[in-house]
Amino acid sequence: MTLLIKDKDIVVPGEILAKGMDHLPAQGTSRENENIIALQLGLANINGRLIKVIALSGKYVPKFGDMVIGKIINITFSSWIVDVGYAYEANLSMKEATSDFIERGADLSQYFDYGDIITTKIVNVNKQKAIDLTMKGPGLRKLKGGRIIQVTPSKVPRIIGKQGSMISIVKEATNCQIIVGQNGRVWIQGEDPKKVRLAEEAIRKIDKESHKDGLTDEISRSLKEKKK
Amino acid sequence: MKYTKRFDKRKFDQLREMEAKVGVVKRADGSALFRIGKTIAIAAVYGPRALHPSHLRNPEKGILRCNYNMMSFSGSGERIRPGPSRRSKEINLIIQKALLPVLDLSPFPNTVVDIFIELTQTDSGTRCAGITAAALALADSGLPMTDLVASVSVGTVGDKVVVDLTKEEEDFEGGATDIPVAITPRNGKITLLQLDGNITKEDLKKALELAKKTCKEIHTLQVKALKEKYGGDKK
Amino acid sequence: MIGINKQYVKSLLKEQIRQDGRKPDEFREIKIEYNVSEKSADGSAKVKLGDTEVIAGVKLEVGEPFPDNPDKGTIIVNSELLPLASPDFELGPPSIGSIELSRVVDRALRESKILDFKKLCIKEGEKVWLVFIDIYPINNAGNLFDACFLAALAALKSTRFPKYDEKNERIIYEERTSKKLPLEKNTPIECTVIKVGDTFLVDPTNEEEEVMDARLTIGILEDKKICAMQKGGDNSLSIEEILKMVDIAAKKIDHIRKAI
Repeated sequence: MTLLIKDKDIVVPGEILAKGMDHLPAQGTSRENENIIALQLGLANINGRLIKVIALSGKYVPKFGDMVIGKIINITFSSWIVDVGYAYEANLSMKEATSDFIERGADLSQYFDYGDIITTKIVNVNKQKAIDLTMKGPGLRKLKGGRIIQVTPSKVPRIIGKQGSMISIVKEATNCQIIVGQNGRVWIQGEDPKKVRLAEEAIRKIDKESHKDGLTDEISRSLKEKKK
Repeated sequence: MKYTKRFDKRKFDQLREMEAKVGVVKRADGSALFRIGKTIAIAAVYGPRALHPSHLRNPEKGILRCNYNMMSFSGSGERIRPGPSRRSKEINLIIQKALLPVLDLSPFPNTVVDIFIELTQTDSGTRCAGITAAALALADSGLPMTDLVASVSVGTVGDKVVVDLTKEEEDFEGGATDIPVAITPRNGKITLLQLDGNITKEDLKKALELAKKTCKEIHTLQVKALKEKYGGDKK
Repeated sequence: MIGINKQYVKSLLKEQIRQDGRKPDEFREIKIEYNVSEKSADGSAKVKLGDTEVIAGVKLEVGEPFPDNPDKGTIIVNSELLPLASPDFELGPPSIGSIELSRVVDRALRESKILDFKKLCIKEGEKVWLVFIDIYPINNAGNLFDACFLAALAALKSTRFPKYDEKNERIIYEERTSKKLPLEKNTPIECTVIKVGDTFLVDPTNEEEEVMDARLTIGILEDKKICAMQKGGDNSLSIEEILKMVDIAAKKIDHIRKAI
């Protein structure tokens, strides 16, 4: 009947978060007899009766509907093979890549070539984590130039912020275009390489300190200072 | 033979001084250092990642691979020749079995999670130190786990049941039994058990109870190290 | 993610800054810790170059000298690119990368004559000391060449002989003496310079190494003479470029030496 932790506490795997039946286990937790235990290192989140653990680390696990940043690593007769940061590659078929009619045997590299970076969307993931992608949707395109950094995928919501509040601060302060993929890849482009570096630094700081309170204000303040 | 006082003056149920730190290998997905006395283990986790060769892949869940290695200069005698030995291969296996019961790799079919454990300095209890470090590194990497795993060796030296034997105690002329044990702290379940020596069933029971008690101390340190990475416990 | 980042690194370098904010000729912080494996190794050290971390240990053994050098001991340098240290390193027999690393460290130590091999002789033609130096990267965040060399040198400096029981012809490792290795004064230091586009960088990060055109590792003695070199990377260098890289390295040597 008791809650053993507070909201935003750091919890570790196996830690008992609550005893009794008053609370319900959600993401990152499970019930073991009358205990709710944490299954991951993370931040406890209590929402009414629900208890969940928000991971502070971990690799990307592909989900249906995720917008991700990928790299073309191979071209077959009828599709592109894309690295999206999971253990295995994803597949982008001709049908999902373009509405153009492509003739049999045409050179697919005129659409997407080896090494091209794309924003793409996951339309299918099966149990064995075979992944199908699409380029049909708003904002899905080839990215030209810029820089890509990797952040912890579970922190993507924090980097974006509520209604995009966090990432807007970084964009405005650095005059950079920034796209955050659910796979933790962040694309940054700007005219001034020094500002790109500033944006990278800010994003890495959010990634590292995502568990801290008042981070939005701190990022905003430190970007303003560096701009001077 | 009577063993009245421990060589290093510890109490019979007292662990050597310990140290634990998480996130020591920046390039790894998870990592930790664990020191007990003069034995130092560093563990790093990579994965889930692609598994080659592909015939080892399991479409139901990811697999766990462990690799334990003593650095060439880390032994007490001559230099250790580099590369795997029969001893290290067996240790790889028992470490894997010690960690698997708490690890859920079903969300990662066909992949592998690699754990690399390196010993930089040794004074007995290396496999136990390796397991304790590896459990920390796994938790740090964010993989789903039902509990941590803490490990220690217990046993008898002469007529006494003791915890955390040193090299000197393992070689005690009056006879010694070495029992490396790994335990899931919350439920007190045993995931590693080896024994070499000569012991009665009664002493074995005492030794395992002692392991359960002392692994709680190791676990407390593990929890502290994990929380410290994120600024410590606010409570 | 190579390719897309190369342009970025180059555009930053046009402004004479690097991704981590350093100037092209600036080293990361160098930290050296001695006797990190004092219980086990006869000498040991840990070197940190920013996030790059390397540990080296020395074990002494007694063996027969080579027939062509009956009054000389020797050093045996070995390094292993542990898969612990980077997602790019794999298990298995020594990779070509680790062999190159060992040999480059070996060359500068050997050719600098920092260790007078004659002083390692116990009995001519029969018994000499063999100095095994094993080097392991713990975390590869770039510039393993310089970090491994520094770790090997620091481990040698911290080495003390174990007791040798001549009668029974065995080493008693448990009893280390206070006698240090006979190291000479003219200490070599290795400094690696890489070329990215038109810019030369010292102490590269792993990301900078991924986009480099060429690499030159230079071993320089206290009297500024060069004792070892190794060129790496896929592209060529002109003589002018090489001399410029030697100048850059020579300027950094004193800074690195201060750390040891």
